[in-house]
Amino acid sequence: MDFDLNEEQRLLKESVDRLLLDRYDFEARKRHMSGPEGWSPEIWESFAELGLLALPFSEEDGGFGGGGAEAMLVMESFGRALVVEPYFATVILGGGLMARAASAEQRARVLPGVIEGRTRLAFAHSERQSRYDLADVRATAVRDGEGWKLNGDKTLVLHGDCAQQLIVSARVAGGPRDEGGVGLFLVAADAPGLSRRGYATQDGMRAAEVALRDVRAEALGDPEGAMPIIRQVADEAVAALCAEAVGAMERAHELTIEYLKTRQQFGVHIGAFQALQHRGAEMFVALEQARSMAMLAAMMSRDPDPVERSRAVSGAKVQVDRSGRFIGQSAIQLHGGVGMTMEYAVGHYFKRLSMIEKTFGDIDHHLRLVSEAGGMAL
Amino acid sequence: MELAFTKEELAFRDEVRAFIDANLPARIRDKLRDGRHLSKEEIVEWTRILHKKGWSVPKWPVEYGGCDWTPIQQYIFSEELAAAPAPEPLPFGYSMVGPVIYTFGNEAQKKRFLPRIADLSDWWCQGFSEPGAGSDLASLKTRAVREGDHYVVNGQKTWTTLAQHADWIFCLVRTDPEAKKQLGISFLLIDMKTPGITVRPIQTIDGGHEINEVFFDDVRVPAENLVGEENRGWDYAKFLLSNERVGIARVGASKARIRRIKELAALERIGEGRVIDDPRFRAKLTEVEIELKALEMTQLRVLASEARNGKGKPNPASSVLKIKGSEIQQAVTELLMDVVGPYALPRAPQEDGWNEPPVGPDWADAVAPSYFNTRKVSIYGGSNEIQKNIIAKAILGL
Repeated sequence: MDFDLNEEQRLLKESVDRLLLDRYDFEARKRHMSGPEGWSPEIWESFAELGLLALPFSEEDGGFGGGGAEAMLVMESFGRALVVEPYFATVILGGGLMARAASAEQRARVLPGVIEGRTRLAFAHSERQSRYDLADVRATAVRDGEGWKLNGDKTLVLHGDCAQQLIVSARVAGGPRDEGGVGLFLVAADAPGLSRRGYATQDGMRAAEVALRDVRAEALGDPEGAMPIIRQVADEAVAALCAEAVGAMERAHELTIEYLKTRQQFGVHIGAFQALQHRGAEMFVALEQARSMAMLAAMMSRDPDPVERSRAVSGAKVQVDRSGRFIGQSAIQLHGGVGMTMEYAVGHYFKRLSMIEKTFGDIDHHLRLVSEAGGMAL
Repeated sequence: MELAFTKEELAFRDEVRAFIDANLPARIRDKLRDGRHLSKEEIVEWTRILHKKGWSVPKWPVEYGGCDWTPIQQYIFSEELAAAPAPEPLPFGYSMVGPVIYTFGNEAQKKRFLPRIADLSDWWCQGFSEPGAGSDLASLKTRAVREGDHYVVNGQKTWTTLAQHADWIFCLVRTDPEAKKQLGISFLLIDMKTPGITVRPIQTIDGGHEINEVFFDDVRVPAENLVGEENRGWDYAKFLLSNERVGIARVGASKARIRRIKELAALERIGEGRVIDDPRFRAKLTEVEIELKALEMTQLRVLASEARNGKGKPNPASSVLKIKGSEIQQAVTELLMDVVGPYALPRAPQEDGWNEPPVGPDWADAVAPSYFNTRKVSIYGGSNEIQKNIIAKAILGL
């Protein structure tokens, strides 16, 4: 039992925090978002220089062999700064899938570009009907000589507009929601037959709709047995989102407490009022509960037992989303009118927290999963 | 970062579990499982079993009978007791006055009182709250006037838990009425057999008798029963209250009750199915389970930080444990009310020896009283509103 960071983890956190402190305050973030991509290529380059883009990959693949704790540290810091660069899409999702599904030859071909910051990845998985059901895959893959041919429509592909390589899930066999028969396929974004429509999301990030019409692709691993890997990486993704949300909640809470200490009404700072003090304290309780579960998710997200892994991760998502909703809403309320304005940071934290809630399963979805798994195994 | 217990800690857990399995009387376990009150004799019986093993006062220093366990081992021990469920050590002697005596008392007091706490020869109760001094404890009025080698005590204490069984009471008394309110208070140990003490029961809304009023009418207390220095009692009380908050999350007890709720909800029918399968009930249960898992993790984080930074300083994060722990304990009793449904209604006397046949399931009669009784947990030990004041002040700097 040990909640401390080791020396390498402490250095990692310090270097990420220093970069964000220097170059990612709220005004800088607005500039990063104003470019043609909707995020900053210079910041992306800095991530590469710090080694953040190499974090999850094994040393043989040129990475650092980071696990759940390292991902948590980075994502929590990103949450505090509301980082809009495609880290989650490229490194957590795309990187996670490449590391687990791709052959050595494929990894050697793709990962150096990712690690150096030249190649961005995206995971084209969700479909119009699938909601949060990971196995509901109806896009198809059929054999085409040495490779495969993909058809279908993918939706809500996070940062899918700026990726050079897409990892597409498609069904090779079985019924629409069967666990078996799903494969992962690597496709260049400029492949013939692939079209994309990029758009902004509510939290200032980007996503794309992707249409596949007879697109030639190569399989990543077993073309009929990818679901265990998809579930594993989805759990890692949820754990990463939980950490990001904790960072966002922590900063939203800090901003709120600072505001209570400075805003004057009735001749006193409004933090002198007990109703507001108690709301601030309740936010703190909610934050600590979320932090505890984000740590649990980070440490369990690579657990070899998929049942225990998913139980912990789903439990964490429920707690984090509930805390995030309460803290986000309370932060706006305690700021009063200015909390409603685009000009103030706090509303942007609320928006990001609200979108995290709806990414990779919301409260009701994960509550159902935990219930079906027999509860938290207390 | 590492979540798992070490091999040594797991071996320790197994040792504790095996000991409890082999030695806990089934009668005591069953009463606790159904949320019933234990008699004095049952609590003494279990304490003596632990004492024989050397485990009755584990967190005390070894020289006074403690076990020299790490904070994690102490945590495992109390988790295993709660899981059994077995009675946790009676707090008044073990967690409250004992540490005050070995930290601030003189040698004679240590020798006289500590061994009798360890084997529960002396049953202690806590004389802090008064009718006019609840959350604002320092406004207490019970007077102690020095006359020769005695203090003469006059006043009233209230909410005194299990005073009806007590041999001794530790009291905060006002020794200097002129001083600022925190500065004129002393910490006095009083024999309950002293003439002038009257104990009057307070019946709580569950029908039970746990708490009492204690009246002091010209009670003569030997001056040697003063702990530490006169007028320094508030410092000792703050020390005591910070110890009280450790373990206040009661994670283990809530876990045991949730396991029990699942058993019972699988027995009760609702329509064609079982309560446990009702989606609405199931969702509420799962929400509480998740909150409890988060609380367990929070408690482990507080423990780990205490293990690293050393104990002594009260950790304001313990207010989080108090708030969440009490909310969850209450939510658990609400879930059990939902399981028992209409059989919450019949009221059976809770005394031993009652042998009328039960109305409905044989566990049902304790459910509503337990729900009523558990409203206390967000009030005692510093109400949840006081805990929020503490967080706002000590952590948020408001």
